[in-house]
Amino acid sequence: MISLQHVSKRFGSDGAPAVADLSMEIEEGETVVLVGPSGCGKTTTMKMINRLIEPTSGSIVVNGTDVLRQDPVQLRRGIGYVIQSIGLLPHRTIAENMATVPRLVGWDDARIHKRVEELTAILELDQELLHRYPGELSGGQRQRVGVARALAVDPPVMLMDEPFGAVDPIVRGRLQEQFLDIQERLKKTVVFVTHDIDEAIKIADRIAILNKGGVIEQYAPPEEILRDPANDFVERFVGSERGLKRLALIKVSEIEVEEGPVVGPSASVEEAIRTIEKHDLGWASVVEDGELLGWVDGAVLEGRREVGEATPRRFSAYVTADSSLRQALDSIVTSRTQVAVVVSEGQRYLGILTLERISREIVS
Amino acid sequence: MNQPVIGAILDWDWVGRQLDTIGVQLVEHVQLTAIAVGVGFVISFPLAVFAYRHKRFYAPITWVTGVLYTIPSLALFILLIPYTGLSTATAEIGLVSYTLLILIRNIVAGLRAVPADVKEAAEGMGYTRRQILWSVELPLALPVIMAGVRIATVTTIGLVTVTALIGKGGLGFFILRGLRDFFPTASIVGAVLSVALAVVADGLLLLVQRFLTPWARAVKVRAFA
Ligand SMILES: Nc1ncnc2c1ncn2[C@@H]1O[C@H](COP(=O)(O)OP(=O)(O)OP(=O)(O)O)[C@@H](O)[C@H]1O
Ligand SMILES: [Mg+2]
Repeated sequence: MISLQHVSKRFGSDGAPAVADLSMEIEEGETVVLVGPSGCGKTTTMKMINRLIEPTSGSIVVNGTDVLRQDPVQLRRGIGYVIQSIGLLPHRTIAENMATVPRLVGWDDARIHKRVEELTAILELDQELLHRYPGELSGGQRQRVGVARALAVDPPVMLMDEPFGAVDPIVRGRLQEQFLDIQERLKKTVVFVTHDIDEAIKIADRIAILNKGGVIEQYAPPEEILRDPANDFVERFVGSERGLKRLALIKVSEIEVEEGPVVGPSASVEEAIRTIEKHDLGWASVVEDGELLGWVDGAVLEGRREVGEATPRRFSAYVTADSSLRQALDSIVTSRTQVAVVVSEGQRYLGILTLERISREIVS
Repeated sequence: MNQPVIGAILDWDWVGRQLDTIGVQLVEHVQLTAIAVGVGFVISFPLAVFAYRHKRFYAPITWVTGVLYTIPSLALFILLIPYTGLSTATAEIGLVSYTLLILIRNIVAGLRAVPADVKEAAEGMGYTRRQILWSVELPLALPVIMAGVRIATVTTIGLVTVTALIGKGGLGFFILRGLRDFFPTASIVGAVLSVALAVVADGLLLLVQRFLTPWARAVKVRAFA
């Protein structure tokens, strides 16, 4: 979808190039995140794609056409563009801001109106914001308007330069979730620039880790970069919590869980006590026809003959098959018995996860 | 010290008899001002946009208009009389040349104050250079530009009185007459009315500015005079 071939950019005639001989391919529908230290050429690389910066040499092809052979104004109207400072037009209302590119390309009022409604729904913006000016919105709201505006004419390619950089971590987290949600549906080809390796890991299909001068140190899916960093630079950049970060990318459903202590309601108390003692957790799950009812221990079973006569206690927390191993780990370390209980939809019991099981994923 | 109150030294009968003339001079005053600021703006606007886009022309342009601004007004009128005589043109050439510096500086300052990220976003979305100027930069510069227009207007209203010396002058006509005939009433009427006119004009322009920039409610505007 986007192909950069031996692209270089030198500002002025002297000094080192900001980007030197960079080549990369970006597939259709893929989110590629450029990360790297400040000044390594991320923004420069991105801006060469919509020709806000002209490359000194090399070629850039978007959707089969060499961008240097296209009229820059037309090119830009077909590429969504979001920057950290957002740059909403302060003298236009939110609705007018979202309508910017549709107006430039000559849509009629009815179509624009309909599109603004759609964008408002997609970005979960409040209707009443539409008639306000950008100065009257919160930072997070402005960021979402910035994304909505970039999506307005439904461009196949989106360039996003630290789009969530200017908001606090909580809002940023929410914006990232929303981005993933939207991207799941719209399948844009996205080039996303960030400083934040965690943001990259969370949203990228592939991450390009850049060094000074736009040198690509590694270009791979997040999981691979965490599992197998190409060199010291990447390893240092990814940081010390590589193992933990990788856990965030693996779903519980992708690994085998242990069966754990399980008893049915019809089991005798003696049988249940044996199961509890065998696993040494001090409790057992009560499962009836695959459905998890809760847990029992010696105290709950006291004076009964069958498990079904006691009322199982409810687990205070579970993880689901869709949870990440990092969430499972959190559940394990905060539980009293150092175990996470795994269920799928409809409370179907799947098994348990222990610390040992998860640490095997970290080292593998 | 027992200063006489203004009301007590005014010859109100005279004022009553002169109402028609006062009206005529007031209209002339407004006309001279409007033409000066209007023509001044038409000249300043392209020069300012040019100086904004080509930075190295800003200094020479403001130098020339700055020199015009510092020539004493009376001296300028006397210099012009051999060419344009005691005409409206003489008065207007002088008045217009005093507005240029104020207007150019404010237009350029307004354009320069447009946030870079807004311009970058506009360019990145596919605005042409011309579209950026007309639908992004100028609207956003409007508060500062209007502040310049207000200062130029108020300054011109004051300067118009001086043109009385070459036979124009609007309300300055009364000021001059009062001085010449030792008749304070006329001078006071001329001075008070020209001050009042300046205050009213400034207020009206402020209202126009508010109306044109509803988005700027919370934005503080600084003028460069
Ligand atoms: N317009 C310009 N003129 C001259 N040099 C520039 C220009 N834009 C960028 N540079 C230089 O090019 C290099 C790369 O800049 P770039 O903005 O691409 O970095 P970046 O990776 O986006 O950094 P950051 O993470 O801080 O945004 C830097 O050394 C910068 O100083
Ligand atoms: Mg950058």
